[in-house]
Amino acid sequence: MSGPIVKIDGVAKSFGAVQAVAGVDLEIARGELFALLGGSGCGKTTLLRMLAGFETPDSGRIVIDGQDMTGVPPHLRPVNMMFQSYALFPHLDVANNVGYGLKREGVAKTEIAERVAAALALVKLDGLGARRPAQLSGGQRQRVALARALVKRPKLLLLDEPLAALDRKLREGTRFELVRLQEQLELTFVMVTHDQEEAMGMASRLAVMKDGRIVQTGTPHDVYERPATRFVADFIGVANILQTAPRRWLALRPEKIVLAANRPATAHAATGKIVDIAYEGDRSLYRVAIGNGPVMLVAQMNTERVRESHRRGDAVWLGWSDDAGQPLEE
Amino acid sequence: MRLVIALPYLWLVVFFLLPLGLVLGLSLATNAPDLAPPVELGLSFASFKLLFTDDLYLAAWLSSLRIAATSTLVCLLLGYPMAYAIARATPPRRPLLLMLVILPFWTSFLIRVYAWMGLLAENGILNQFLRWSGLMSDPGTILGTEWAIHLGIVYAYLPFMVLPLYTALEKLDWSLLEAASDLGARPLPAFLTVTLPLSLPGIVAGCLLVFIPAVGEFVIPDLLGGTRTLMIGKVLWDEFFTNSDWPLASAVAICLLILLVGPILLFQRQQQRSLERT
Repeated sequence: MSGPIVKIDGVAKSFGAVQAVAGVDLEIARGELFALLGGSGCGKTTLLRMLAGFETPDSGRIVIDGQDMTGVPPHLRPVNMMFQSYALFPHLDVANNVGYGLKREGVAKTEIAERVAAALALVKLDGLGARRPAQLSGGQRQRVALARALVKRPKLLLLDEPLAALDRKLREGTRFELVRLQEQLELTFVMVTHDQEEAMGMASRLAVMKDGRIVQTGTPHDVYERPATRFVADFIGVANILQTAPRRWLALRPEKIVLAANRPATAHAATGKIVDIAYEGDRSLYRVAIGNGPVMLVAQMNTERVRESHRRGDAVWLGWSDDAGQPLEE
Repeated sequence: MRLVIALPYLWLVVFFLLPLGLVLGLSLATNAPDLAPPVELGLSFASFKLLFTDDLYLAAWLSSLRIAATSTLVCLLLGYPMAYAIARATPPRRPLLLMLVILPFWTSFLIRVYAWMGLLAENGILNQFLRWSGLMSDPGTILGTEWAIHLGIVYAYLPFMVLPLYTALEKLDWSLLEAASDLGARPLPAFLTVTLPLSLPGIVAGCLLVFIPAVGEFVIPDLLGGTRTLMIGKVLWDEFFTNSDWPLASAVAICLLILLVGPILLFQRQQQRSLERT
């Protein structure tokens, strides 16, 4: 079957007086790793829960693989979810946790055993089937939750903040692991995250949400290099937002600006004084005050090893090309 | 420090071990109606022998166990949905609902049982209502039947079922039920495979808290059950106060204790295990 795997049409949802999702239209293609990105309370989790069937839209409809999901309860949807808390059954061992969904489907015992073993192998937990969730580390629990959600081969895998509960080191590895699995299994993943780095690094496409609406949809590259609004420019990465005219701004990424002692040969240039330097090893971040005007953030790679390039208090030039910045109207 | 530790032990010795020893001693004595107190100390198993050979006592044991078991079951069937509803209510409403469950304790147990007598008697409020409303012109009398005993026990012990069940259900992570549903479980299988096993500690605790005191219950069968129903607690009372057979009454008490040690140990092990888990 062709066409989008998910089609969201004018979906809105309120909880009492709070409008969580305020009219969302979205299409997600087959085989995408799609991220819903936004701060807390932006409606991303509510949208994900509506895909799973835990919340019912007040208006609009959700179509999954050509099938209207209106009125379809969670247990009848071709969708599985990995919960943020993992929601592993504490009274069942790992094998029974992973096999739970297959058992409910009435799959034969021998087949369940085979598929559970395969799913555990997929997430590199071979041989841990007899353990209880309480006997596992956080990373292992996350992989059990993933295996449990994958074993039924859903048309759509929903991931609610999949990396939030892991420590930093583990998060890096798991990020690549999830992308590898998604490509290997050719499944569609929809994940919710508040971490823009996570969304940028994993997603093939992402939607930035704010106040229950999607502000921008696109590839990570699109969204980073061509933010549609000041909110997106500021939320994704870091941007210097310069007002160029009334209701006209320019979003300029720190790494798109050259910092030099003399006037660089760029289309635009300004002179200023370094007020702060954050040395990060591979690069340094400079805060440069332009006259009495704005303080700009500039990133420079530290390619030279012997000496520091600039010092605090130095008078410097900033330069940027014509296409370095993204003009914004909102 | 030692004194602090010694105090509870002293308490146990004076108020538990000593009386228990006394009862045990009495149960091995023989009945002597002419003496005061009416016992002749000794080492006789006559009272125990009588307990196990006389059909009357056997019948009393069996009906006690049966009534306690059915009442416990009814308490469970009524209490589980109540506890579930309280646990799923919004957090600000839970204290109010729990309060309503505990509220009857504010009135003396005895008075509440008397109130049931007034409700269930031949010319009681229930029958007056039935006659007045024309629903039944000649309703029977519930008071004095086993129905009344069941009703009384279920009424009196329901909070002891609801509270441990609530504690178990309140701890339940509801996202587990969402996970079950997400994995294809219909509501009933999800309940049977997730909610029920995870609330098992509460079920066991609640059932034992109702069953253990219900077996030896005396006030309810005496006041609501009339003369037709034999329960062991009532037999004990009759032997002691009516027949003045202290050894036999003590033997009944000892047997009751032994009978209930099993469930009590089970209860304690369950509590221990749920403590270890948290």
